[in-house]
Amino acid sequence: MAPEPPLLSMSGITKSFPGVRALDGVDLDVQAGEVHCLLGQNGAGKSTLIKVLAGAHQPDTGTIRWRGEEVTLRSPIAAMRLGIATIYQELDLVEDLSVAENVHLGHEPTAAGFVVRGRAAKASTAQLLKRLGHPEVDPGRLVGELPAAQQQIVSMARALSHDVRLIVMDEPSAALDPDEVDNLFRIVADLTAEGVAVVYISHRLEEIRRIGDRVTVLKDGRAVAGGLPAESTPTREVVALMTGRNVEYVFPERPAGTPEGDPVLSVRGLAREGEFAPLDLEIRPGEIVGLAGLVGSGRSEILETVYGARKASAGQILVDGTPLRPGSVRAAVRAGLGLAPEERKAQALLMLESVTRNVSVSAMSRFSRGGWIDRGAELGAARAATRELSLRPDNPSAPVRTLSGGNQQKAVLARWLLRGCKVLLLDEPTRGVDVGARAELYAVVRRLADEGLAVLLVSSEVPEVLGLADRVLVLREGRVVHEAPARELDEHRVLDLVMEGSPAS
Amino acid sequence: MTQHVSPPRDGTGKTAPVDGPPAWRVQLGRADVRTLTLLGVLAALVLIGGITQPDAFLDTRNLQLVLTQASVIGVVTVGMTFVIVSGGIDLSVGAIVALASVWATTVATQEYGFVGILFTAVVVGVGCGLVNGVLIAFGQMVPFIATLAMLASARGLALQITDGRTQVVTVPSVLDLGERDAYILGIPPLVLVFAAVTVIGWLVLNRTTFGRRTVAVGGNAEAARLAGIDVRRQRLYLYLLSGLCCGIAAFLLIVLAGSGQNTNGNLYELDAIAAAIIGGTLLTGGRGHILGSVLGVLIFTTITNIFALNNLQTDVQQIAKGAIIVAAVLVQRRTASTH
Repeated sequence: MAPEPPLLSMSGITKSFPGVRALDGVDLDVQAGEVHCLLGQNGAGKSTLIKVLAGAHQPDTGTIRWRGEEVTLRSPIAAMRLGIATIYQELDLVEDLSVAENVHLGHEPTAAGFVVRGRAAKASTAQLLKRLGHPEVDPGRLVGELPAAQQQIVSMARALSHDVRLIVMDEPSAALDPDEVDNLFRIVADLTAEGVAVVYISHRLEEIRRIGDRVTVLKDGRAVAGGLPAESTPTREVVALMTGRNVEYVFPERPAGTPEGDPVLSVRGLAREGEFAPLDLEIRPGEIVGLAGLVGSGRSEILETVYGARKASAGQILVDGTPLRPGSVRAAVRAGLGLAPEERKAQALLMLESVTRNVSVSAMSRFSRGGWIDRGAELGAARAATRELSLRPDNPSAPVRTLSGGNQQKAVLARWLLRGCKVLLLDEPTRGVDVGARAELYAVVRRLADEGLAVLLVSSEVPEVLGLADRVLVLREGRVVHEAPARELDEHRVLDLVMEGSPAS
Repeated sequence: MTQHVSPPRDGTGKTAPVDGPPAWRVQLGRADVRTLTLLGVLAALVLIGGITQPDAFLDTRNLQLVLTQASVIGVVTVGMTFVIVSGGIDLSVGAIVALASVWATTVATQEYGFVGILFTAVVVGVGCGLVNGVLIAFGQMVPFIATLAMLASARGLALQITDGRTQVVTVPSVLDLGERDAYILGIPPLVLVFAAVTVIGWLVLNRTTFGRRTVAVGGNAEAARLAGIDVRRQRLYLYLLSGLCCGIAAFLLIVLAGSGQNTNGNLYELDAIAAAIIGGTLLTGGRGHILGSVLGVLIFTTITNIFALNNLQTDVQQIAKGAIIVAAVLVQRRTASTH
């Protein structure tokens, strides 16, 4: 075979954010006319990689070659000029502009350099929509009035309005009905027939089998496999790559025997319309219960509803047998619940503040009298809590933003430790935490459980749930499809369950 | 076990905690450097005033006047600083000062003497703050809009009450407070009130749970909510606090001017915001310095005084103020990035 240079060749791409290395030497080759699938769990680095490709992030090291020539993608405009278009999961459309205006945003057809030729824009938009199989979308309508599926078509039309050679699609099927997915696949097939390359990101293995040519699997910021044949690679192999057999996590020992005593948290028939079906759940002191499921399976929603951050449409939550006032975070906190949310920086941390102040924020009444803070007591209490979790650096006045991801998570846990909570809700506790620091975090969680805390754990990393939890509930599309002690489950079984919904034979 | 990854524990080299800057900076901290800078600017202004108008500027009476004038806007700025730290804004402060000052000086109110005037000024201020707070905290209105509406309404009501006339104060005990006889060790009582508000404000922001909650709400409202803080109640209290400060300022203004006018407190909102910003309070919330705000007020008042003594027009003053705001923010951004 004549070695024609690939359309796109990224090699050795690294990218670090404060506290975490998101990409760690990733290689990616894409040929013209192929559908190249990117697979990986949450936090594996997919989003960062496509942002580098779209010019939205600058890599720390590594080279990008476009048709054999080294290029620097300084900005999204630079990427677009080369012919790289990205369709993000969160569609980046302006809702108050029309379809045609969105499609031509930034490169409007003009007369005399600045007068927008609206009719020309509409005509060319109509043509693009027709090519995409959606001639019924009116180019004059406001994008905000369109359903999600059609908004995606508009986003795609915008990509095609440039002379595009490569389209990146970030989980394009996530918001689509099955027949809309069929149309999407037809569009992808048409595009590749014209020689356009598609980088396709999805969690859904069956989609990748249908339309993919090759697969690159990302795990913890590394490409653990590149260019596997999409059709013939066995599912088991792909799953094993995704879930990380390359790094063996060290999980703490489970205590012997089952936890006894009355459940500290009881959830009865809890439901939220459109998010998750009625759920029953009990956790005893010392027990870690895991919720396994994919994005969109309702895991985080369940956690936030238990915590009162979302209001349940049905059901009851009891802490130590006492019903919790629904929809009130303050009631939940007062009853002894604590949440370590998925988005630590956005939902938990005060990034301008020190470790001490982040740790003490939920327990201020413990070292204040009449609103007056005893700062010595505060410092002592915060230091004791962070030392117990061996948070580093051992400096309570360090700004929390200078901490690594793992230590930021410890600061959040220390907050609830100081508060003296009974039930700890962990949402993706190792998201953005370096691999090496995870084992320590697992040990911390287990130790807290051994000291009598009840833990409800949500993670998209199946090995994490299986390794850390005592009991596991498997979720698919808002419904518990299986419940079993963790030691009776294995990873393949769980992945089959979350993907297919039925136990593998 | 094939653990072939060994990333650094405390993040990558890029994010390592800074041990680069010289020791004195680390010891002083960013806030102290800023305070010293502001003090330096103030000292420079005093020097300029002393050189250009050695007799008039350094005269005790003039310095007393500068401090007295600073007191009114200073008290407003302390309240404004709290609101800004919480991520909000209060555009209605000037209008509330005007409304409180005219309501407290109506003929009917003056019949109740000193206590009646003080009480009315404070209650009107707190009442306006209550309306702001309820609209923002429970009506989910954007602070900018809610307080803009209050600005318009309070000014309108103030005009309605006075019909555009100056309401002269006839209560001797109020007027006496502004006289030289009332000075304590050469310090006007108004300045003492300003000093007290500053000290209390500093203590509340830095040493109480109320202050911590304010900072938390401004730094990350979602995180504060999920940490169990009642964000809405906190917001309500903050606009009440700002209203209270406006009420106190209105009383000080009544003492200073010996009258109440519907044009009082004109553009106080902008002066207070500007003073807070050059004092190092983040307009986006989450960080604020009472002392910096107060120094900002003193800098602005001193400039106004020096310009007036040198017979320079207000237009030149305005230009200088604008330039100082820009310079202060640029300097702060530079010191922030080198830390």
